[in-house]
Amino acid sequence: MVTNDIYNKEYDVIIVGGGATGAGTARDCALRGLSVLLVERNDYSTGATGRNHGLMHSGARYAVTDGESASECISENMILRRIARHCVEETDGLFITLPEDDLQYQQTFVDACQRAGIRADIIDPAEARRIEPAVNPSLIGAVRVPDASIDPFRLTVANLLDARMHGAETLNHHEVEGLIINQNRVEGVKLLSKRDGRHVEVRGRVVVNACGIWGQRIAQMAGAKISMFPARGALLIFGHRVNNMVINRCRKPANADILVPDDTVCVIGTTSDHIPIETVDDMRVTREEVDVLLKEGVKIAPSLATTRIIRAYAGVRPLVASDDDPSGRSISRGIVCLDHAKRDDIEGFITITGGKMMTYRLMGEIATNAVCAKLGNTAPCVTAAQPLPGSEEGGPSQSDLTKRYSFGERAAIGRHGSLAARIEKDNDIDNALVCECEGVTVGEIKYAVHQLHVHNLVNLRRRTRVGMGTCQGKLCSCRAASLLGEINHDVKGAQEDLAAFLDERWKGMRPVAWGDTLREAQLTAHIYEGLCGLDKVVDLQGKEDAQ
Amino acid sequence: MAEPMQLCNISENNFEQCTKCSICTTVCPVAAVTTDYPGPKQAGPDGERYRLKDPAYYDKMLKLCLNCKRCEVACPSNVHIADIIQRARMQASVGKHASLRDTMLASTDLLGTMATLVAPVTNATLGLKPVKLVMDSVMAIDKHRTFPAYSGTKFETWYKRHAASSQGAYPHHVSYFHGCYVNYNFPRLGQDLVKVMNAVGYGVHLLAKEQCCGVALIANGLYKQARRQGRVNAASIRQAVNAEHRTVLTTSSSCTFNLRDEYPSILDIDTSDVRDGIMLATRFLYNLVDEGSIKLIFKQDYKRRIAYHTACHMQRMGWQLYSIEMLRMIPGLDLQVLEQECCGISGTYGFKKENYERSQAIGSVLFKHIADAQVEAVATDCETCKWQIEMSTGLPVENPISILADALDVEATRKANGL
Repeated sequence: MVTNDIYNKEYDVIIVGGGATGAGTARDCALRGLSVLLVERNDYSTGATGRNHGLMHSGARYAVTDGESASECISENMILRRIARHCVEETDGLFITLPEDDLQYQQTFVDACQRAGIRADIIDPAEARRIEPAVNPSLIGAVRVPDASIDPFRLTVANLLDARMHGAETLNHHEVEGLIINQNRVEGVKLLSKRDGRHVEVRGRVVVNACGIWGQRIAQMAGAKISMFPARGALLIFGHRVNNMVINRCRKPANADILVPDDTVCVIGTTSDHIPIETVDDMRVTREEVDVLLKEGVKIAPSLATTRIIRAYAGVRPLVASDDDPSGRSISRGIVCLDHAKRDDIEGFITITGGKMMTYRLMGEIATNAVCAKLGNTAPCVTAAQPLPGSEEGGPSQSDLTKRYSFGERAAIGRHGSLAARIEKDNDIDNALVCECEGVTVGEIKYAVHQLHVHNLVNLRRRTRVGMGTCQGKLCSCRAASLLGEINHDVKGAQEDLAAFLDERWKGMRPVAWGDTLREAQLTAHIYEGLCGLDKVVDLQGKEDAQ
Repeated sequence: MAEPMQLCNISENNFEQCTKCSICTTVCPVAAVTTDYPGPKQAGPDGERYRLKDPAYYDKMLKLCLNCKRCEVACPSNVHIADIIQRARMQASVGKHASLRDTMLASTDLLGTMATLVAPVTNATLGLKPVKLVMDSVMAIDKHRTFPAYSGTKFETWYKRHAASSQGAYPHHVSYFHGCYVNYNFPRLGQDLVKVMNAVGYGVHLLAKEQCCGVALIANGLYKQARRQGRVNAASIRQAVNAEHRTVLTTSSSCTFNLRDEYPSILDIDTSDVRDGIMLATRFLYNLVDEGSIKLIFKQDYKRRIAYHTACHMQRMGWQLYSIEMLRMIPGLDLQVLEQECCGISGTYGFKKENYERSQAIGSVLFKHIADAQVEAVATDCETCKWQIEMSTGLPVENPISILADALDVEATRKANGL
């Protein structure tokens, strides 16, 4: 339950949108001493932040086509290695040339990388096969670049945690229904709490629109027009890692040309299709998308043809038409920060959009600079130097991890960095595993519920990886639901949450439901419906129809 | 034509075929007695995903795995769970040395050769209380354990002196992989096999070169040596099966399982061309009786009540049926077939001080079943089960081949088979 204190305060800045950009902006504002409220209509990192590759670009991908983005990427890449150590896995990446590709492009690519300041070493194909055995062995060229893998859920949570440690308030499941507008000034937001159905108004001196593709709608509420060009991308998650380095195709960016090792899985993507703005909430993956991803994916790593796919998902890139060309012919992938006072004569309203998850910090810095300029705050930005909570120096070394910690503890340290020390582990119950695929303990669940804004199983999944393993929630979801029910004293709610969670897991499995994934899903259905009668206890379909 | 994609999922040891049903964990004898061991599902396919990410995620608790393979028998998805765990242990052992204790326990050939030379002294010494206490404290070999007695004469020596010359005269021929236990500790079992096979017209021959199959080496992390010995054995077996057209018989379920299945899956020694030529003697005999090529005549006055214990590796092969049905052919034998439970010894596992209590806890269910069965002896195809059951129940334990040899009317059988 949200106390009235939060609703009744007036903030220096209200940030709309709980993706990486919103979280990064909230952190930056809080570190500069502003009073901050961040609101998110669903859960943190529900949108594009949680629906991408989890790739920490070196910038090499953009080097040839967009030098500016490439420079931004490499600079942020180096910063994130320092400040977000526990969210980053330093895998390095390969750009491979296949026989069907033009090897001439490799030199163009390397030259462009050098211009952007990205280290790019041409290596022998044999060497590439040695350092990354999963790579298509018929490659004819390879370039090694400082790509890495990053967990956007962790990254967003770490930013939010730091913002809160510096006084910010954050609310998930609060939707902006409208803006409080006085003459030509935005003075706050009208919120609908999805937790208890209350409608409230909260005042802020500046409102930052950090809603990604949904920012167009928020801007409309203020009377400003932004032309967004939603570019949809679908991705596939495989059951385990086949590769330990990021593998890209060394050619002009195209469909399904990046394979990223993310934590225990690997992800191939993406497709790229421009879609009408009205359809951005429809995240269903089509059969055609799955086919394209597979067909291209096996060219990067042939073993993908026989590796189990556990899930398909899609996200929407918030591409923005530049103001001098609203037709969208020259769409920028760069960062767009709009001060609507200058642009539309609307005071107290800033939009930060475009960009990439990769450059979220820089976007936060740019947005915060704009906020501070309005509020007369002159504090400098420190987000590039100050480590995020969990990434402070002096964590346990890798050999310590093997010797001193249990499997669950190690997995938790991998997820929460130094903050894992806050997880209770003094008794057998706290150390018992809830999610066996991903090594999530009872202690970690309790920590997440009490510290990381968890109200339901989906929240919990994004904070801990519960239900993200190959069984997609078969064993862990009932255990986790039981814990949540116990903590919240709400059995009925826990049952509904469980049913909704399993339904959400199934939606991602459905486009790839064949072979072992189908067997897995059927066993889950047999357990929860056949054995436990969950469908009799909770009427999910009825609920959906009612909505 | 388009490349076939996603027609089936292929992963090492089928780890990706796991649907997390957890049946394996319910049959794991270790997980049943301690919370320290995460159970086969988590140690195997679950842990594998993390180990693929970073070998540092290896969990040292995997050492508690008995490698009994009950998980693999239970798995409805054909995941080679125990192999995954063995492989992970092997990976984690790279660059590490096995302890003196583990090396000693594993080096059956070396120790056997030395001990046989001075068997009476060795037996007496190993049985002495002060020696046991020293082994307990210094070597961490549990004081409750008694090493199997060493025989004064190796089986191979006996064979060369008393059996070798007469074997050529039989119409049919088999080879015999006797294993360390028969060679150094209990030649009688080998002699029993020769007796039974000869009675039905089969000459028994030793392999060109036999070394310990390596099951104890694998369990104790001495993979290089296991592989070396494995190659020697594979070559000898290949010669027997492919060149001499002789089935290679065995009398130990663990040796058999190791030769047939662990050689390829753990040691990367391909034995696929001779796998079907390696067979437990009871299976070989059962098949001969079943197809009518031999007849067995048993003593009229034979009368015993015996319980049959299915060793875990026996169950993994699915061959307990042959031993059980073989024993059931003996008219005077009242055979009580025990529900399959692990005895807890798992080769050298139970000898280690840190495992002793767990080992006995695991076996307790079986020991109770044996006590309830009210029998005079127990039959099993595994020698280490034998030590464990003898120590824990006080009952004598015999190999089915020895029981068969004991019950057989040799002269009548020879006649019935036209000898």
